[in-house]
Amino acid sequence: MTSKGGIVTFLARFREVGILFFLALIVVLTTLKAPRFLQWDNLSSILLDVPLLIVIAMGMTMVIISRNIDLSVGSMMGLSAMCVGMTLRANPNLPIPLAMLVGILVGVLLGSINGTLIAFLRVPAIIATLGTLSIYRGIIFIISDGKSINSQDLPDALTFLAKPALTKLPLIMVMALVVVGLAHFFLRTQRTGRDIFAIGSNPNAARLRGVPVNKTLFLVFLLTGALSGLAGFMYTARFAFVDPAQAGTGFELSVIAATVIGGTDIFGGAGSALGTLLGCLLLGVINNALAITELNQMWQLAVYGAIILIAVYTDSLIRGRLGKAEKEGA
Amino acid sequence: MTTTPTPSQKRSPLQGLLAHPLSSEIVAFLLLIIAFFVGTRLSPHFLDRDYLLGVPSEYIEAGIIALPMTFIIVAGQIDISVASNMALTATIFGLLYDRANLPLGGAIVLALLASLLLGAFNGLLVAKSRLPALAVTLGTFALYRGIAQAFIGDKSISGFPEKFNGWDARFLAGAVPMPLVVFLVLAVLFGLVLHRTYFGRWVYALGTSEPTAQYSGVPVAKTQLILFSVTGFMAGLCGLLMTSRYSVARFDIAQGVELDAITAVVLGGTNIFGGRGTILGTVIAFFLMVVVRTGMGLHNIKIEKQLIVVGLLLLFSIILPNLLRKQKT
Repeated sequence: MTSKGGIVTFLARFREVGILFFLALIVVLTTLKAPRFLQWDNLSSILLDVPLLIVIAMGMTMVIISRNIDLSVGSMMGLSAMCVGMTLRANPNLPIPLAMLVGILVGVLLGSINGTLIAFLRVPAIIATLGTLSIYRGIIFIISDGKSINSQDLPDALTFLAKPALTKLPLIMVMALVVVGLAHFFLRTQRTGRDIFAIGSNPNAARLRGVPVNKTLFLVFLLTGALSGLAGFMYTARFAFVDPAQAGTGFELSVIAATVIGGTDIFGGAGSALGTLLGCLLLGVINNALAITELNQMWQLAVYGAIILIAVYTDSLIRGRLGKAEKEGA
Repeated sequence: MTTTPTPSQKRSPLQGLLAHPLSSEIVAFLLLIIAFFVGTRLSPHFLDRDYLLGVPSEYIEAGIIALPMTFIIVAGQIDISVASNMALTATIFGLLYDRANLPLGGAIVLALLASLLLGAFNGLLVAKSRLPALAVTLGTFALYRGIAQAFIGDKSISGFPEKFNGWDARFLAGAVPMPLVVFLVLAVLFGLVLHRTYFGRWVYALGTSEPTAQYSGVPVAKTQLILFSVTGFMAGLCGLLMTSRYSVARFDIAQGVELDAITAVVLGGTNIFGGRGTILGTVIAFFLMVVVRTGMGLHNIKIEKQLIVVGLLLLFSIILPNLLRKQKT
């Protein structure tokens, strides 16, 4: 095996190293241009922006590993945020953990609808979630009557979650990291977690080997719903404002981008929670860098698109080389 | 699933209908009739001739894009970048005409050329680099609209000449609005290519099994490249049509048009995994969506709530045949 093949293999096996390198590059370049990038004030603003992304991206990682896609996550987050906001407006004294439970339960309900459509009614995931993307968004307008939730409707105890706490880490970031830990544990060590990889690698082979394919897929979409619901709760805490048209609209794009950048294979069968975490941090840092270096923030969307393409392209190059290297080695 | 019936099998009329090669188109057509009937019951204005002929104009871009999208999906691909292509082409056209002071014709030609290249870029990544179309067009979905935003930000470009603006307010023979005419002419054209040419057969072959198509001598990469390029060009055309309709070019026009177009295609019976679908089905489904949306619009149901019905239509159009077929076997 050539040394070049060795490096490529190494990069492919340790995808996280590649992203870390890219992340470091951006941090160094941005700091050179705008030294205040590394100051705590600025870093903590990144820590407030990425938790929502991280939480949903953990679900999306499972979905894409299973060779599916979920386009409805933005609408699920918006609907859950609206439900949490309305619940708290009606019951200002409701304990915050209960409000969180409301968000998660709404997500579980929506996610299990997706799961039923995909796993049991055999609707292709892209069509099912394209449909529920519209349906859930429409429901937000119906339950809210088109009116938004404002900060005076929400208790301070809620918005406290998105303020730097004693530890300097905002609580929503702590929650996001806990989710990452659980997702990592689940995907690496649990039988059901491994089944997700098996399904994504080859659904037919997985079925023949006795993997409960339908049940597992249902669970994957239910969990993604639950995580989107949790993110909805966090959204209400973070922004203290829920607009029916804007809450979560287009968020699926950022989530899918972070997941794909994090090394989850768009063809299914490969991916990791830690890779996705790094993908989310990379997106967060890029956003922040665009703003702080006074590069026109109008470029944000274009940069998102470009890095999705670069990530997917690099992956395919590595996969091609890896296939070759393994053949040569054999 | 859709095996030919043996004489001994007794089948109900419903099952016979579902075994028909055009079953999905028939289901869409029945739904269209029902929606039409409900629409006339809801509002007396619904049957007004001018109103009825004019309503498709509002959604015409989605209808036109649904035509090449049918090809794309039959070929087993997907293109979700079309609405972003529309926005970028409109922006480029606005910049060329307004900032670079090009003559109208020159700006139109160059903008359409740009849209063709945007489509070809998708096509190259899919056909030559072998990347999945969903990932590629998700990337260009963000990239193209992002470039439009970087070009003109939140500004609007207007001041186009009178002869360019308001194409939807012109009529053929004094009664039929131009958008409807153009859509129907294009539908016939695309239908002929898909159902009556070698190229059309290649598209079906690709969507049925790409390796088999390859071994049968279908020029796989070339066909895919042409498909995405033509789709890009049609998206660019729609970008200009929308600019003419609104008399203004902005980076944020046409959001969600890709959803409407894909919904029309799938609702019309095209298999999302490729290999099956007709232009006729897409056309029927497009009119179904138009009737449903305007019917609800007449009833003062807000656009956001109309989305629910469109989403439900999409889901039911797939679940219903699935369930009924399952019972049969």
